[in-house]
This record gives sequence, structure tokens and C-alpha cells, in this order.
Amino acid sequence: MQNKTFRHLFMLPYALWIIIFVIAPILLVVYFSFFDINGNFSLTNYKNFFTATYLQMTLNSFWYAFLITVISLLIAYPTAYILTRTKHKQLWLLLIIVPSWINLLLKAYAFIGIFGTHGAANRFLEWAGIGSRQLLFTDFSFVFVAVYIFIPFMILPIFNALDKLNPSLLYAANDLGASKWTTFRRVIFPLTLDGVKSGCQVVFIPALSLFMLTRLIAGNRVITLGTAIEQQFLVTQNWGMGATIAVFLIIIMVGFMALTSIRRRGV
Amino acid sequence: MKALNRSFLIILVVSVALLIVINRLNAAQGFSGDNTLTVYNWGDYIDPDVIQQFEEETGITVIYETFDSNEAMMTKIEQGGTTYDIAVPSEYTIEKMVEEDLLFELDQDKIPNLQYIDERFLNLPFDENNRYSIPYFWGTVGIIFNPELLPEGMEITGWHDLWDPRLENQILLVDGAREIIGMGLNTLGYSLNDTNPEHLYETLDRLEKLTPNIRAIVGDENKMLMVNNEAAVAVGWSGDAADIMWENEAMDYVVPEEGSNLWFDNFVIPKTAKNIDGAHEFINFMLDPEVSAQNTEYVSYSTPNKEALKYMPEEMVNDERFYPDAALTDKLEVYENLGKENLAFYNELFLQFKMYRK
Repeated sequence: MQNKTFRHLFMLPYALWIIIFVIAPILLVVYFSFFDINGNFSLTNYKNFFTATYLQMTLNSFWYAFLITVISLLIAYPTAYILTRTKHKQLWLLLIIVPSWINLLLKAYAFIGIFGTHGAANRFLEWAGIGSRQLLFTDFSFVFVAVYIFIPFMILPIFNALDKLNPSLLYAANDLGASKWTTFRRVIFPLTLDGVKSGCQVVFIPALSLFMLTRLIAGNRVITLGTAIEQQFLVTQNWGMGATIAVFLIIIMVGFMALTSIRRRGV
Repeated sequence: MKALNRSFLIILVVSVALLIVINRLNAAQGFSGDNTLTVYNWGDYIDPDVIQQFEEETGITVIYETFDSNEAMMTKIEQGGTTYDIAVPSEYTIEKMVEEDLLFELDQDKIPNLQYIDERFLNLPFDENNRYSIPYFWGTVGIIFNPELLPEGMEITGWHDLWDPRLENQILLVDGAREIIGMGLNTLGYSLNDTNPEHLYETLDRLEKLTPNIRAIVGDENKMLMVNNEAAVAVGWSGDAADIMWENEAMDYVVPEEGSNLWFDNFVIPKTAKNIDGAHEFINFMLDPEVSAQNTEYVSYSTPNKEALKYMPEEMVNDERFYPDAALTDKLEVYENLGKENLAFYNELFLQFKMYRK
């Protein structure tokens, strides 16, 4: 009996944490979304959301987040795979993670310099005979920088999954005559799928609401829901509309989480 | 676990020790009560020598803190816990601060130097009879350009030039709804405080046609980008223009002939003030013509102090880009508080404009 009370007591800090920092904010966001700019209870915000501007913006956010996630995955999986095969894998892993300690804004400013008309990237292109071109304020640079920022978060879970993989399974596959490709497709990939899924979650969800990069790197040529939320809260001070956009963002995120955490039977 | 506990304890002890040291130091230098004045201003927006002069003359120690946006400044004052005696918001923020009861009324008897301020800049719609604010610097919104990067033979005199197809992918816009919608309204000959939806939709239509010429819509980065020759033209504040021209003398600035925005940064005394007499003394000191002239030379924005102009170098005073003549000044308008709903509409249109792709 006493044991049980103790357990409940230990739960208290976590429960409080969840209530104050997770549940209460979400409820507040939902609550605020029902008030129009004059503080009257109404559904105008929801009506406004279903107009061409915001639907297009949702689609944009979704598309860019999707691109960023897929490209990160395509780069991160082979990287993680090679890492597990190297001699000093912890050291290599550390080197990949170290850049993520640097402030995001600082990295964005560095990229403004690198991608500028007279920046390092263009000087290289000229030297290579391709000729300089506009890099900054394009879709390309936006996706590139976002992928650069998110890649460590994609590599980590995949690396952990690959590292935990029991090598005897691979020997078995080899013994039973599976080619390297078949081994990868039928053994390695399915067994590391959980790592891939959590990597995708960690990248897709923040990518959906990126907003500083859209201005600094994409020069507001890419407008995402994050930009709109920032504008509604800071400039217009229409908290209701900002909250409404956030509600839809939360819905998309929950949907994505649900989609990526379905476990296939038998796996 | 033991190591973790120990390091946690060490951090705690060090933090407490630092707090005590700061407290002691402050007390030792007399940083408490009546002989300090906390000034909350934009970054790099005052001549440090002027502050020193003020400290020597009055014996008051000035603590100088900076902010980088009106919104951030206002939030910090609203939240309390600060002791700012002076703040320097822009005009539209003053209206909001008055509405939210964040400002003390000024005692104009304590600011005799007010007489030196040009009447044109007094008693403006955002603060009638200057009950809460005294203008510090003023400026315009206009076009900053790099003549070396412009197409051959092109001259820029007004907003309409921005739509010139030769400027394809060459324009940086500032990321502000009032500024850009205002620019569109001025181009069409409307007031930049216009709230007629028909006019505003017409403006949006016109602005969307500008899209092929726009390279990016950015914030403060425009200074860095212009200095690095990233674009030929930028729409921005005259203050930014002064900074850019300081870095690269080839740059030029024009106040558009169609008219534009006239903005002010103003001294106010927020409700967080502890040293109200000192704050009045500071404002009065800053309005002294000689001090104001020295400060203006350092900051290089336009001063509203007409006596100060006499102490400034002639080429600065006669620079029409920063002290436009009467004919042009008449076309400049101050932003009026349009009310929340109209502001939301402006922002909605601006968002639509940003979403528009070539």
C-alpha cells in the first residue's frame, strides 16, 4: 500500500510537467482559436483558414517539409550505415553532431554569406566553369539549408537502430544465399524501420513550422504556416488567428505521428 | 549520479555567489535609487560621448540598454520587472502604449528646450500636444539604390520606377505590411492610411505585378545584403540608407516623389520609471541644440531640432535626401493608428502578396 503511494508521489513531478507544459498550452491554443480579433467568441478564424491563401500555405508547408524529410533520409541512411562500419564510429558520430550545437540563426547568417552573389559557393561554381548563378533566395537554398540543419537528427536514430542490429542475422542471410541487396531490403531495412520512423518524425514536424529560414534564406519566397503564425502573433496581434493556424499545425502533426507509428502485424 | 549532483550543486553555488557580487558592485557604485537612469533605446542610436557628458554634468549614472523592435520593447515594459526610465518607441507604438496605459505624462515645464523643436514635428496625430512623447529622430521610407548596379541610363525618382522591367530580380523589400502596402497605395496616388477595401485590392493587384522584380523580402538583413552588392535596389528606412551609405559611399537614397511615410522615434517615460525627474532632465539635455547636433552627426538620422541644424556641417543639413524640401515634405504622411481590424486586413493582403508566385 505504502509502495503504491510512493509511486504516485514520484509520478507527481512528471504529471505536473505534462499538465503545465504540454496539456495546458494545447488547450489554451484551442481556446484562443475561438476568439476573433476583438475578443468575441466566434468561428471566423476557422472560416478564414479555409480560404485559398491559407490552404495554399498549408500545402506549401507540407510539400517543403516532405521534401526536406525525404532528402534528409536519402542522405542520412547511407551515412549512418557507413558510420556503423567505421573503426572509430563514436568519434565520427560526434563530428556529425557537433555542428548542431551551433545556434540555428548563426548558421543561417553564415549561409547568407556562402550563397551570396559574391559568396564562396558562387566563386566555386565560377572556378568550375559553370558560372555564377542566384543561389540565395531560391527554393534550392531553402531546402539545402533546412536539410543541412536537420540531418544530424535523422542520422542519430538510424545509427542507433543499425548499431543494435545483430550481425548474426546478416551472416544467416548471407549463408542462406541472399544477395547484398536482398539482405538490405528483406533484413536490414525492416529491422531499422523504427529508427527511420523516429528520424522522420524528428525532422518532419519541426520542418513543418520553420519560419526564420523562410525569411533569411528564402527571402520570404517560401511562405509556410510558421511565417503566418509569427506574423499573426507579433505584427497583427491577432492571437485568435495565430492560434487557429497552430491548431491545424497540431492536427497535421498528430496525423503524421499516428501514420508513422502504426506497427505492421508480425514485425 | 553523484557526479551529476555535485556539478549541479557547484553551478548553484556559483550562481548565488555571482548574484551577491553583482549586488555588492551595484551598491558600491551607487547603482540604486535616484542617481541612476536606465535608458532603453535602439542599438547604436546615441553618441556615447553625449551620455558621458550628461553623467558629468548631472552626476547621474546612465545604464544603457538596447532593443531591436518596437514589439520586443513594448512586451518587456508590459511584463514589468524592469526599471526603464526612458524608452524610444516609434510613433505607432506610442499610440498603443498610451492605450494600454504604459506611459507617464510628461511635465513640459521641466523640458524648456522643447522650444527648439521644429513646429512641423510637434502636436502630431499620434500624440496630440505631445502629452507623452518628444521627437528624437525622424526619417522617411524610400528607395536605397546602388547606381553602379542599375541598368545603363536608369534613374530612380519615385515608386513607379520599381516596376521597370529592367530591374528584374533586383529589388529587396522590407518585411513590413504598413511599409509595402503603403508604397503600393502611394504609387496609385492614395493616402498610405487608406482603408477603402476597393483601393486596397487595387493596390494588391498592382503589388503582385511587382513580383518578377523582387529578389527577396527581408528584415534588417537588407543592410548587409546591399553592402555586399546582393541587389541593386532596396525599399527601406532612411536610417538604414544612412548606414548603408556609411559603408559604401557609392550608394544613394531617394525619397519617392509620389510621397511616402514620415516616421518618428520619440522619447517617452514608461510606467516602469523610478527616476522621473532624471528622465525629464535627460530629455531636456538631449534637446539642447549643441548636444543634439553632436548626437545627430554620430547617429546620422534626421534631427527634428531646428536650432541644432545651425551647429551641424552644411553638407549634412542641405542633403535633400535626409532633409527633403517643403514641397516633398508636404507629401509625406505619418502612419495613423488604423485600428486592429484594418491592420489585420493590411497584414492579410501583405501575406497574399508574399504568397504570390511569378
